[in-house]
Amino acid sequence: MLAPEAALVPLDSPSRREPPASLPPPAPTLAPFVPPGAGPLARGLQAAGRRLRRAIDPEFDRQYERILECLGVQAFDPFGFHVGYARHVLHAAAWMYRRYFRCRVEGIDRVPAGRALLVANHSGQIPIDGMMIATAMLLDHDPPRLVRSMVEKWAATLPVISTFFARCGQVVGLPENCRLLLEREELILVFPEGTRGISKTIDRAYQLEEFGSGFVRLALENRAPIVPVAVVGAEEQYPSVANLKAIADLVGAPAIPVSPLFLLGPIGFLPLPTRYHIAFGEPIWLEGEVDEEDERVTEHVHRVRSAVQHLLRRTLERREGIFR
Amino acid sequence: MSGAAESGAGCARTARGHRAAPEPSVVLTGVCGRLGRLLLRGLHREGRVVGIDRRDFPDAPPDLVHYRLDLRRKACRDVFRREPVRAVVHLGVMHDPRVSAETRHAWNVEGFGRVLEYVAAHRIPKLVLLSSAAVYGARPGNPQFLPEDAPLLAASRLSEIRDLVELDMLAQTFFWRAPECETVILRPSFIAGRVHNEIYSYFRLPVTPRLLGFDPMMQFIHEDDVVSALRLALRPGVRGIFNLGGPGVLPLSQVIERVGRPGLPVVHLLARRLLDGLWRLGLTDFPGREIDYLRYVCMVDDRRARTELGWAPRRSLDETIRAIRDAVTT
Repeated sequence: MLAPEAALVPLDSPSRREPPASLPPPAPTLAPFVPPGAGPLARGLQAAGRRLRRAIDPEFDRQYERILECLGVQAFDPFGFHVGYARHVLHAAAWMYRRYFRCRVEGIDRVPAGRALLVANHSGQIPIDGMMIATAMLLDHDPPRLVRSMVEKWAATLPVISTFFARCGQVVGLPENCRLLLEREELILVFPEGTRGISKTIDRAYQLEEFGSGFVRLALENRAPIVPVAVVGAEEQYPSVANLKAIADLVGAPAIPVSPLFLLGPIGFLPLPTRYHIAFGEPIWLEGEVDEEDERVTEHVHRVRSAVQHLLRRTLERREGIFR
Repeated sequence: MSGAAESGAGCARTARGHRAAPEPSVVLTGVCGRLGRLLLRGLHREGRVVGIDRRDFPDAPPDLVHYRLDLRRKACRDVFRREPVRAVVHLGVMHDPRVSAETRHAWNVEGFGRVLEYVAAHRIPKLVLLSSAAVYGARPGNPQFLPEDAPLLAASRLSEIRDLVELDMLAQTFFWRAPECETVILRPSFIAGRVHNEIYSYFRLPVTPRLLGFDPMMQFIHEDDVVSALRLALRPGVRGIFNLGGPGVLPLSQVIERVGRPGLPVVHLLARRLLDGLWRLGLTDFPGREIDYLRYVCMVDDRRARTELGWAPRRSLDETIRAIRDAVTT
């Protein structure tokens, strides 16, 4: 199942009733995603979508095609990434990246080729920061790359959301999954603060929580460089003043944030259009063995954490305003 | 399972020529099942094969020595005493979800316990157990591809599979209980073909339910590829646990579409009740408790089988899915 050619599954089999005499020809690499039962309407929508994509970012289609070429995926990859589905989502993300959050990116060419771990601060109640980092790697990095972020196990139990994450190439954050992706020379995004980071209230904005240590062991084991990443702007998108921990525990969610903006009704649930600044630091190559002692691992964690902290502080200092 | 099946103790049908000096044979338990027959098809031409099954085997090939026996019967011991055996392949696991859990459990665990006893007592050099990838259990915390050393957690939520987990564990104790015996455990993903398993019952439902908002990636393996793995496992020198994944992965919704069944997305809180209702009315053999497999991934990493066993699926993903469709529609 791990051979790349095993994942090449043509999306639309020519006929569902009569078995074809031979194998159906593989779909062209960029077969547009046609939902079953939709004809001219779907084609019209697709043409409109293409025009819109070009209006938002003329490079989008080309960059996306280059990613697919690299991955060699035609429809589904073993992790559930779907070419057509992810195109729509990344397309929406590209609009948010260019127009809504007006992202400014710094040092993106420091991300090395091949396997690597992006280690970023986590903030903003819902993981838009991860989406923006992924979009940056798609639109502003040469060559464009697909980012696999590690999602919380809890997300796998949610209907719709679990499927959404999988179709966009996101993976449940387990060491086994990470290892497999690194072996495929892919780029992994890790938020070592986890849910502690994303659900913090506005009074603790840009204060890094403690880092987990799993990512260091993975980097050592797979000899993968770590790229520190700082995201500024996400903290203010949902100014949370409290976290309903008791209710969250009751329903099994990691956190339930409360924002005064929620009083405005549905509009209050939109993130504020803050300006995002994403800064990439110099890659860190950790020295050591897989079965390193905990103390050494903790040292490595501190080293990466202070690199992220440093980057975060510098980006914050340079920022002229939340929305500017 | 009836008493009649057990009464015919030792009704052997021996082929001419084998009676004088029997060469070491391969014992197949559950030979009358679909996989048993398929394995037999290639195997009986290469050497002596002895079948043990509680069922009758009317159209058995003439060179098969078939014993219609319950594995738990004493007469079974005589078979092992009489025959020089070079390998035992245990396929005789009862899956019938309509049989009460206690009866099935006793039959499966006790029967396999006896087999292990005979293998140890007669120093049989090879034991092959066909387990299943489902023994790992479908859980939200599963890695996308489970390795062989992942814990077998299926039984914590699903009693139907407890037997298989227990059999698998029993076979694992054999690695140290009888180190001179080459024990092989195969854990294939869902088997596609004319095998009467959960997948077959699932696609035989009038409409195929899936869980709204969940669409896990799944692996399927063609019955021929399971048989080829069993044959590879019989080679001397092979031992250990091997996952058998399959030719590729597909999300459940795509599988339903390609099998050509009408799909019905159901809110997962209701699906269990719906299936339990259908079950009680006798409309399906698919137990509602198995919906975890429609919700979370339970796929296996079969790199070990590919490198150490030299196994690779010969049937493509398309052929495998087509095998499900052919089995279900006819």
